[in-house]
Amino acid sequence: MRRSDLSLRFLYWASVATGLVLSIVPLPDWLAPARPDLALLAVIYWILTNPRIAGLGYAWLAGLLLDVMRGMTLGQHALGFVLVAFLAHRLQLRMRMFPILHQAGTVMGLLAIYQFVIFWTDGLTGHGYTGWNRWLPVLSGGLLWPLIVAAGDTLARRAR
Amino acid sequence: MVELSHDSRPIIGRDRPLGAAFLALAVLSIALMVADQRYGQMERVRELLTAVAYPLQRTVDFPWRAWGQVTDSFADRSRLREENLELTARLRLANLQLQRFAALEDENRRLRDMRENSAGIAERVLVASILNVELDPFRHRVLLDKGAVDGVFKGQAVLDADGIFGQVSRVLAHSAEVILISDAEHAIPVQSNRSGLRSIAVGTGDSDRLSLPFVTVESDLKTGDLLISTGMGGVFPSGYPVAEVTRVERSPAATFAVVDARPTARLDRDREVLLVWFEDTPAPGAEATAEPGAEATAEPATAAGQQTGTAPAGGGT
Repeated sequence: MRRSDLSLRFLYWASVATGLVLSIVPLPDWLAPARPDLALLAVIYWILTNPRIAGLGYAWLAGLLLDVMRGMTLGQHALGFVLVAFLAHRLQLRMRMFPILHQAGTVMGLLAIYQFVIFWTDGLTGHGYTGWNRWLPVLSGGLLWPLIVAAGDTLARRAR
Repeated sequence: MVELSHDSRPIIGRDRPLGAAFLALAVLSIALMVADQRYGQMERVRELLTAVAYPLQRTVDFPWRAWGQVTDSFADRSRLREENLELTARLRLANLQLQRFAALEDENRRLRDMRENSAGIAERVLVASILNVELDPFRHRVLLDKGAVDGVFKGQAVLDADGIFGQVSRVLAHSAEVILISDAEHAIPVQSNRSGLRSIAVGTGDSDRLSLPFVTVESDLKTGDLLISTGMGGVFPSGYPVAEVTRVERSPAATFAVVDARPTARLDRDREVLLVWFEDTPAPGAEATAEPGAEATAEPATAAGQQTGTAPAGGGT
């Protein structure tokens, strides 16, 4: 393993852990439903840029940790994460070529799939909440995507 | 020219094929969900993973706590004096009431002894603080900093200074998750203090509003009535304030009235709550710390649905 590979791995885990921590920071009530899924965005970013170090197993583990931290049914977020990670791996070569806005649109599609998995499993386990604002993270995540790419690229370049 | 594969990872070795890995992990997630939800088998796994998650949760909580301490230590003298005076006045008042309560409690205990019924007097109280951690914006749950180590058990009643707050829904070693009475999945048996009418107060997902869906049109309930807990279902002690009725709407065509109530506990503003042990719940201390897991599974009444089954609608008097 090359040295830069190692530091990239570290960066990968640090960014996912930061995303996880930020996912439980208390926000004001009006803002809380729109909280973007930062951990998932980090996972998508690393799959697009460095698919070798960002495998499906790690994405799954990140989702499982999110389940534990939020006290949800175990496996809910894990399933969403692994599904999105799988799709991102599949689309990876294409998505890298997309202009940034097009890419943000595709990411919004992935986030919508993720939210649907959560929504669906919530319904199955009897926690169904059907308000429109549960879909807000899709929008906020899409809007945030260009920023995430900019930040990630800066960090990764420095690590190399 | 070589055709690009759909995956840019090395073609030989290293990783399993993507599709198979995905399938395995997806099946594993679904199995976890079923085991957790249907059979409640995953507490051990959760416990293990909490070892990672709990430090993260404490990290999030830390800045708030530190800020609170900083502002406390720099609080100016005059404000402290003022606060002190106010508290002394309130304490005097509370003590006055307490004198009366002591006599009442004695009498109550004698009466209950006669009926061989012992629900409801708090034996031990533990103050727990709520961690500044947001679990899910659409569920009313909070995380406390006390857990199985302190003798907390599943289904334990949680109170604040003004009324019933919620019940413990999950216990981990050093933390416990509490479901608030305003959570949309929670229901609590209540009784009107004025008329004695019994019903069920269901959470709405709004921390300022409970709803009483099973009150018939002709039942005796008015705006301003205090709803107290009945002690049915065995989770909550009887006689503690739960909510105050804010709206009663009777339409002659309907069977049930539309009744809303506002919780007396300050659900969205509390930072500290009380965990309470009652006489008939498993004793705290030695046994509780020895076998927290066994205790948690032995405690039967936790699910809100169970309580909903205990008392049908209306007509208590």
